[in-house]
Amino acid sequence: MGHDAFQITINCLKLVVIFLMMVQAVPILVWLERRGSGFIQNRLGPNRVGPLGLMQLLADAAKFLMKEEFFPETGVKLLYYAAPAAALIPGTLAFCAIPLSTPVHIEAFEWLGQSWGPYTFLFQGFDINVGIVYILGISSLAAYVILMAGWGSGSKYSLMGALRASAQIISYELALGLSIVGVILMYGTFNLTEMINQQQGPLNFQFWGHTISSTVSWLPNWGIFYQPLGAIIFFAATFAESNRLPFDLAEGEAELVAGFHTEYGGFKMLLFFIGEYGHMMVASGLMVAFFFGGWSIPGVSFDQVSSWASGATSSSSLASIFTSLIFFVSFFVKLAVFMWIFIQVRWTLPRFRYDQLMDLGWKTMLPWALANTILSALFIFVAHS
Amino acid sequence: MPLGGIIFLAVFIAIFGALMLFLGSRGGTRVYDPVKFEPYECGVPAQDKKDTKISVKFYLTAILFIIFDIEIIFMYPWATTFKDFVKSGNGLFVLISMFVFIAIFIFGLFWEVKSKALEWD
Repeated sequence: MGHDAFQITINCLKLVVIFLMMVQAVPILVWLERRGSGFIQNRLGPNRVGPLGLMQLLADAAKFLMKEEFFPETGVKLLYYAAPAAALIPGTLAFCAIPLSTPVHIEAFEWLGQSWGPYTFLFQGFDINVGIVYILGISSLAAYVILMAGWGSGSKYSLMGALRASAQIISYELALGLSIVGVILMYGTFNLTEMINQQQGPLNFQFWGHTISSTVSWLPNWGIFYQPLGAIIFFAATFAESNRLPFDLAEGEAELVAGFHTEYGGFKMLLFFIGEYGHMMVASGLMVAFFFGGWSIPGVSFDQVSSWASGATSSSSLASIFTSLIFFVSFFVKLAVFMWIFIQVRWTLPRFRYDQLMDLGWKTMLPWALANTILSALFIFVAHS
Repeated sequence: MPLGGIIFLAVFIAIFGALMLFLGSRGGTRVYDPVKFEPYECGVPAQDKKDTKISVKFYLTAILFIIFDIEIIFMYPWATTFKDFVKSGNGLFVLISMFVFIAIFIFGLFWEVKSKALEWD
């Protein structure tokens, strides 16, 4: 089974669809954020354009198109224009490595007078066996985009915002990287698909050769029950990584106007926005994959869904597609929950001061992540020896 | 296959972003005003970019980040194989050797805090 034209086309289309899905999710998320913030602050939010204000973002896009093109005279042209275009790359490349659902198996079929062999398409952009290292590496490239924007704008507010943002990103990268060590210790792999496969089934602990099952039968075997501290540190650090409140010091309006995108407007600003939401989606997706069982549904096994799907249709290819879509909905619901937590935290917590932010990252979260690593190692040593 | 996919996607996004920038640059009226093209400043004439001074703390943070990040990356391969070592009975040696490394890590962090390298004002 080599790579033929059909397979390569589908794989490329899959990447494009995942990317466009991320881009298309942004208007809905922005609507959700504005509407949600409205209700949190006891007002209505956008509700004039279309039903429930859902068309607001189309109106905004039309407005962005009408904006005047602008280049600050002290800026660096290449960096200024390359930064918004590059802002989408780290988030999307990282998100494509997260498994969204079960693989789709396509039976052999006849088409255009040729026979096309059986295929297996992964429900993710690409399966990388060192997935975690790849995602951490790629998403750190966001610091370059921010520095490009800050330096290319030629404004001191942009430069200060960019420096703050990159210092913050690299500081929290430590706590983020260290909180994942506990996860890797537990699963013993870098591959996200294998991690999710290990989280299937009901919760049971292995201890000195005994298996201790939980009394609640539907409780899933999710990572959050093994790594609660790691999950909290990881989620908090991703807030800082994606420059969201309470860690959005990079764009503290009262000090820095708008941070690294002070000199950007219209579509250029929109691209930065999409990049930021892309980072939130990567963070939520990783949270789901590491600690909340990925695409699995609590209490429902893969075989149950698979047999139900093959009962519903005659074709086994269609049944496989249905199964994948059902598990994709499960993944999407979990993703949406974390996206909502991102939004809710933004509108309920106040912003940190910069020295408090750095202290929290270096002196609180890094030691706690280290303690989590040591405790996890000791626990695994005691439980499995 | 992953490498091909990564390159394809990166190129596709770059083209997409360039297209968005091009679309965004077509619309809108253009009114020339010399003040508009100056870098943003709150009401007073803007100063030259070369005058911007940056706190040396940012460089220090970057240097410390590199040291600690490399130390953390060394823990990753250990973490992947630790469970297998424990199951095969060699767990204690691997655990203790990593704890020596983590002790150096903690000493570095402690020294860093003690020498006030992490104080922001």
